[in-house]
Amino acid sequence: MNLTLKVWRQKNTSDKGAFKTYKISGISADMSFLEMLDVLNEDLSGKGEDPVHFDHDCREGICGMCSLYINGQPHGPQQTTTCQLHMRSFKDGETITIEPWRASAFPIVKDLVVDRSAFDRIIQSGGYVSVNTGGVPDANEIPIPKVIADESFDSATCIGCGACVAACKNASAMLFVSAKISQLALLPQGKVEKRGRAEKMVAQMDAEGFGACTNTGACSAECPKEIKQSNIARMNREYFSASVSTEEV
Amino acid sequence: MSWVSKTLNSTLGKKLLMALTGLFLILFLVVHLAGNLQLLLPDDGKAFNIYAETMASNPLIRVVGILNFGFIALHAIYSAILTRHNKKSRPVGYAVTNASANSGWSSRNMGILGTLILIFILVHLRGFWYEFKFGEIPYVTYDGVTYKDGYTIVAAAFENILYVIFYVVSMGVLAFHLSHGFASAFQTLGINHSKYTPFIKKLGLGFAIIVPALFALIPIIMFLQNN
Repeated sequence: MNLTLKVWRQKNTSDKGAFKTYKISGISADMSFLEMLDVLNEDLSGKGEDPVHFDHDCREGICGMCSLYINGQPHGPQQTTTCQLHMRSFKDGETITIEPWRASAFPIVKDLVVDRSAFDRIIQSGGYVSVNTGGVPDANEIPIPKVIADESFDSATCIGCGACVAACKNASAMLFVSAKISQLALLPQGKVEKRGRAEKMVAQMDAEGFGACTNTGACSAECPKEIKQSNIARMNREYFSASVSTEEV
Repeated sequence: MSWVSKTLNSTLGKKLLMALTGLFLILFLVVHLAGNLQLLLPDDGKAFNIYAETMASNPLIRVVGILNFGFIALHAIYSAILTRHNKKSRPVGYAVTNASANSGWSSRNMGILGTLILIFILVHLRGFWYEFKFGEIPYVTYDGVTYKDGYTIVAAAFENILYVIFYVVSMGVLAFHLSHGFASAFQTLGINHSKYTPFIKKLGLGFAIIVPALFALIPIIMFLQNN
């Protein structure tokens, strides 16, 4: 395949940045999108140019490290991660525009790499269970119905890639935060601290400068792990019930 | 009460206010439509004029009326605050977007639709509400009691084809606004369940089509009757 790539190049956070166009040829339809970028970078390195910086790690669709806003959609045209997107999803001769995630809470580090540590700070604010370590508890000590366990696990499949923020017209992190609140609020181990958790995580989400929710559903439609919008409704329930019932006045 | 302002100032709290005021305005539409449909009764406006007088003199209705103005203002002001916040959350936009692949047009354009509806409301208030209340209005007598003849004002207004078109187009805009807003309000309130969310979505769509269509029918029929 022969392709034209329009890639966002930006030296550092304060640089203005601009698109640069590259012609690339000899791409196999079986290559992943990241392998295609590897070919481009090999070529650029050979010419002594600065290769295009992009995030990646496991390349198996499970770590949440890869990003890229491809032809107007986070992770490109398929509902999967960029590493699991293959070049057969594109046509020979196509022009592909590659942009970084755009959000004030995700500052650009270089080229297509953005700083997603805002998500880490949201987790640090309350996305955990404070239990002391000790002996291994008996597996059946706390009964959990299968449907609840499944629901919680569905929410827990969020890999924190930030596609929801990138897809949302408001750069809102509601799908991410709600998935993290849900996975813990559904289980007995997480229920104990659920009220304070909802308040703290929402406060941190707002402090990071993410937008509000318009319920467009773009987040869920683009999420590579198909996190459902019902999580956001659960977060709202958790947050509003927490704000009228926690001890702090 | 710091916890109240903290909650309402969060992004979730602001959306809660949007949802609650929105649902109130949805209820108001039903009441308003029921009253307006009396314009179509073949009695030269008797039922409508008596109804309008009853509404204007009932203290409870007057309080609800003031609340209604307050909620329209609150809905508009909070949408402006939220829009500003959301724009700030993405100061640099994308060069290429394919938003139609992941979301509905109405849901992405609620602000534009809402602004058009606000313009409609202002024109509507100037044309009818202001005229009824402060304008020079003819009087009519039914069974020895004198009433303001609002019907004549409405009928005269809808003789103008441009006015009729403005009303019909505005109701189209309202339909798109409701097609997202109705179900979205429930989602914001945290009401989302596989048992009743599909019903809420269908109800919202039905409401968004039927209510604006009936509103739009009134100027069309009155125009045809008078021409």
